[in-house]
This record gives sequence, C-alpha cells and structure tokens, in this order.
Amino acid sequence: MEIGLTHYLIVAAILFTIGIAGIILNHKNIIVILMSVELILLAVNVNFVAFSTHLGDLVGQVFSLLILTVAAAEAAIGLAILVTYFRNRGSIDVDDINMMKG
Amino acid sequence: MDSLSFQLAHSLPEVVMAIGALFLLMLGAFGAGKRDWIITEVAIAILGLAMLSMLFQIDGKALVWNGAFVDDAFGRFMKMLAIGGALVSLLLSREFMAREHIDFFEFPVLVMLATLGMSMLISANGLIALYVGLELMSLALYVIAAFHRDNLRASEAGLKYFALGALSSGMLLYGSSLLYGFTGTVNFPELAAALQDKPSLGVIFGLVFVLAGLAFKMSLVPFHMWTPDVYEGAPTPVTAFFASAAKMAAVAITVRIAITAFPGIKLQWQQILIFVSILSMIVGAFGALGQTNIKRLMAYSSIGHMGFAMVGLAAGTEAGVSGILIYLAIYLVMTLGTFAAILCMRVGNHYVENIGDLAGLSRNNGLMAFAVAMMMFSLAGIPPLAGFFAKYYVFAAAIDAGLYWLAVIGMLASTVAAFYYLRVVKIVYFDPPARSFERAAIEVRGVMTLSLVFVLAFVIFAGPIVESASAAAKSLVWY
Repeated sequence: MEIGLTHYLIVAAILFTIGIAGIILNHKNIIVILMSVELILLAVNVNFVAFSTHLGDLVGQVFSLLILTVAAAEAAIGLAILVTYFRNRGSIDVDDINMMKG
Repeated sequence: MDSLSFQLAHSLPEVVMAIGALFLLMLGAFGAGKRDWIITEVAIAILGLAMLSMLFQIDGKALVWNGAFVDDAFGRFMKMLAIGGALVSLLLSREFMAREHIDFFEFPVLVMLATLGMSMLISANGLIALYVGLELMSLALYVIAAFHRDNLRASEAGLKYFALGALSSGMLLYGSSLLYGFTGTVNFPELAAALQDKPSLGVIFGLVFVLAGLAFKMSLVPFHMWTPDVYEGAPTPVTAFFASAAKMAAVAITVRIAITAFPGIKLQWQQILIFVSILSMIVGAFGALGQTNIKRLMAYSSIGHMGFAMVGLAAGTEAGVSGILIYLAIYLVMTLGTFAAILCMRVGNHYVENIGDLAGLSRNNGLMAFAVAMMMFSLAGIPPLAGFFAKYYVFAAAIDAGLYWLAVIGMLASTVAAFYYLRVVKIVYFDPPARSFERAAIEVRGVMTLSLVFVLAFVIFAGPIVESASAAAKSLVWY
C-alpha cells in the first residue's frame, strides 16, 4: 500500500482531535493542557508539510518552521504563568482553577 | 521588487514600535530599576510617534514585503484606533501600577510589543503574516494578564487566558493548513481568486476553524468563556487594554480576511457570523444581569458589543464594513472612558470594583457620576449619545442587506442590555451614598472627561469619522 496525502491528513486529524479532547476532557493537571496544545500544533505541522510536498510548494514548510518557533515561545510563557499560579495557589489541579465564577 | 526604503515607509508605525520596544527594553535592563518611572512616559511618546508617522502615509494602497503586508486606508484607520487604545491604556496604567506596586518596566515594553503585533495583524495580507501578528499580540497579552504575579486572581486569569488562547490559535492554524492545502496559497487575494466557484468541504472546514480562532480573540459566543474571568482577574489597566486595543485588531483582521480572502464564499461565512452575532448579543445582554463586579459587567458588555459590531460584517456590504469601523471607533472611546471611571474608584489606598461601591456617587462627586451615567447611556445606545449612532450605522447596513430579523433581534437584545446599564445609573444617582472615592490622578480624570465630551458631542465629530470610515471601507477590495 502506498502512503499518500490522505493518510497524513488522517493522522493529523486524529492528533488534532486527541489534543482538543485533552484540553476539554482533562480534569486533572494543567501540564496535560500544555501537552495537548503541543499535540495540536504538531498535527498542524504534519498537515502543512504533507500539503506542501503534495502541492510541490515550499510555503507550507516555511509556515511549519514558524509554527515550531512560536510553539516554543508559547510553551515557555505557559510554564512561566503556571509557575506564578502554583506559587499563589499551591496546586495545579484543573478543578482548583475556580476563584472566579459566573 | 520595491526598494527597501519604500517598504519601510509603508510599514513606518511598525518600524517605530519595534525599534521603540527594543530601545525601552535596553533602557529598562541597564537602568537597573532606577529609571522605571520614565519608561511608561517614553512608551507613550513612542506610541504617539507611531500614530503621527501614520499621518504621513497618505498615498493609497501598497503591497510590501513580498505581498505579506498591505498598507491601505482600512489598515491605517484600524491602527489609529489600536495604537490610540494602547496609548490611553498606558496613560491609565501609571497611577494604578504604582499604587499596586507592580510598576515594573516590563509592562510598557510588553504593551508596546502587543501593539506591534496588533498593528502587523491589522495589515496582514496572508495567513502567515496573520499568524505571526496574532501570536506576537497574544503572547504579550498572556503575560500582562498575569502581570500582578503575587495576586491569585491575576495569575488565574493569565492561566485561563493562556490555555484557551493556545487552543484557539491551534484551531486557527488547523484551519489555515486546510485552506492552504485545498487552495495552494496563503495569500489573501490569491485565496480569493482560488475560491471563486463552489467551495470544497476542506475549504469550508478551514473557514470554520479560522473563524472560530478569530471569534475567540473577539470574545464572541460560543468562544467567550474566558472573557469575564480574565476581565475580572487582570489588573484594571490591562483589562482596559484588552477591551480596547486587542478587540480592534481582532475585529480588523476578521473583516479583512472575510472581505479580501473569502468574497467567493460569502454565503458560508455570512451564516456563521449571523449565528455568532445573535448568540453574542443575547449572552451579552442576559449574562450581565446578575453581575455585581463592574469589570465583569464590562466583560459581558463587550461580548454584547462585539455581537453588535458583527451585525455589520454579517451584512457583508461596504456600508456594513464602514458601519463596523464607526462602531469600533465609538466603542473604543466609550470603553476607555468607562475604564477611566473604574480606575477612579479608589477607597483609601485600594481599588474597589463592586457596582455597589458606586452608590450615591452623585452626592460625592458630581462630574464622575455624570460621566459614569453618560457612558452607561451611551453603551446602552440611547440617542443623542455616541453609542446610538454606532448601533444605527450597523443596523442600517443590516436592514439594507435584507437581514431584517437580525436587526430586530439586535434591537431586542439592546433593550434587555439597557436594563443593567440603567441599573448602574440608578445606583449612582438614587442610592444612599457609600464611602467617597479618593481623587484620581490628573491623566485618569482627563481621559474620563475627554471621553465624556466625545460621547456627548459626537454629532460634532461625526463628519470626519464617518468620512474616513467609509474611505477605509472602500479601500478593501470589492469584487
């Protein structure tokens, strides 16, 4: 069996869905949210690179390089905010993020 | 290929802000804490310079940086609003940050970087430029939401904003990848050319994901969950910045992408926008009814207002786009004026934010009571104040486009919303007085008074604003 564009797109769609589900269904740990975000971005990168080779157009790969860079910055900022939150709250349980409601 | 100076001239405000942000960072890092007080002032001056530099960019429309960046009247109008919002938010932040002991030099630097991101976002002419601008804006905004790092509410607000913001950029990117794959380009005009006939399923999915990502940034229902919490938890000047400048940039790029990249699939995005705009107006109206915190009230108010603004885009006509631009200009002033009033709410040495704290304000501080009342009347859309004209232009465009029931639902939602605005006026004028507020800094009172003048005398300023808004709407490509 030849592995074609569709297979890549299906893998990316599965990764993306796992990432979204990880953010929405997760009630345990905020770190899991960061991991899910990374999964989503990886799914997008798979999509871009697959489309890029399929179309024979380099723009998609340039885009995916930019996404990698920004994802690193985003993870760093997310962890920094998480550290300040942990200092104030003493917990990183998702269920404990409940100071404000309504 | 155009010359470098030509390209730089067409991205002058961005160049000014980028150099300014780096300069401020150096000043802060090597000033070793001694010169922190001057950084905000310098940042305000640089933002003012960026606005001034736009006045020299008068010649029509130019595509620069390999077609990734467009300089047109629409972009200049929106950048004026976004940078203006940032400038006023910085002015409002001086006293608050000092009193809360969080007047670190990083704050103006981050605001400047966020504004640079907004400015790039407004001028983006392709999906890559859109993404880079959006992330530059969002990453800086995540940090300043949690800027009060010893405060639990602020760090919780930052965390919530980050988690949901990262999710929304993920959705936007996934949509971008589908659009790229099914059309073979990331450039807006080329996308428009590729999307002339009936769109494929992949394109529709891409469109939906991109709009979902952008709807999050505009806090439109069903992507509004973060708004009340972040508005309440973040320091008040930061909330003012979120409600003013950040909204301008998000709406601007949504309008640009809908009009210049997707004119061929207007039917599809129109349905989505009508849906989110109706939901936002309704949630904005009913969600605010039971609120006691004024920042939370403003959060629901901004959800509702973004719904009203989207009525203009849902119309999808040139009149609709110029209606949105007028709406945003008026909304910017009303929001900044209201937040200036909120920043005047200080009892003793700490800031209060309950609506009940405003009780009987008319007997303690007549001018502030009048300003709050007029802002609330204007937000509710009562003639002859500015807020009425904002709603008039978008609803007129919707009716012209034949969207009668959308306009009717909007009117009904604004009637419900009038209830909670009028409740604030009632508390200010008819309740027994609470403790009186301390005198706020001159710039905060100044912003409040100027907004009051604008809101009251909008009829006088209306001419030039309406004129430049319609010129801006014309400068977007119409197929």
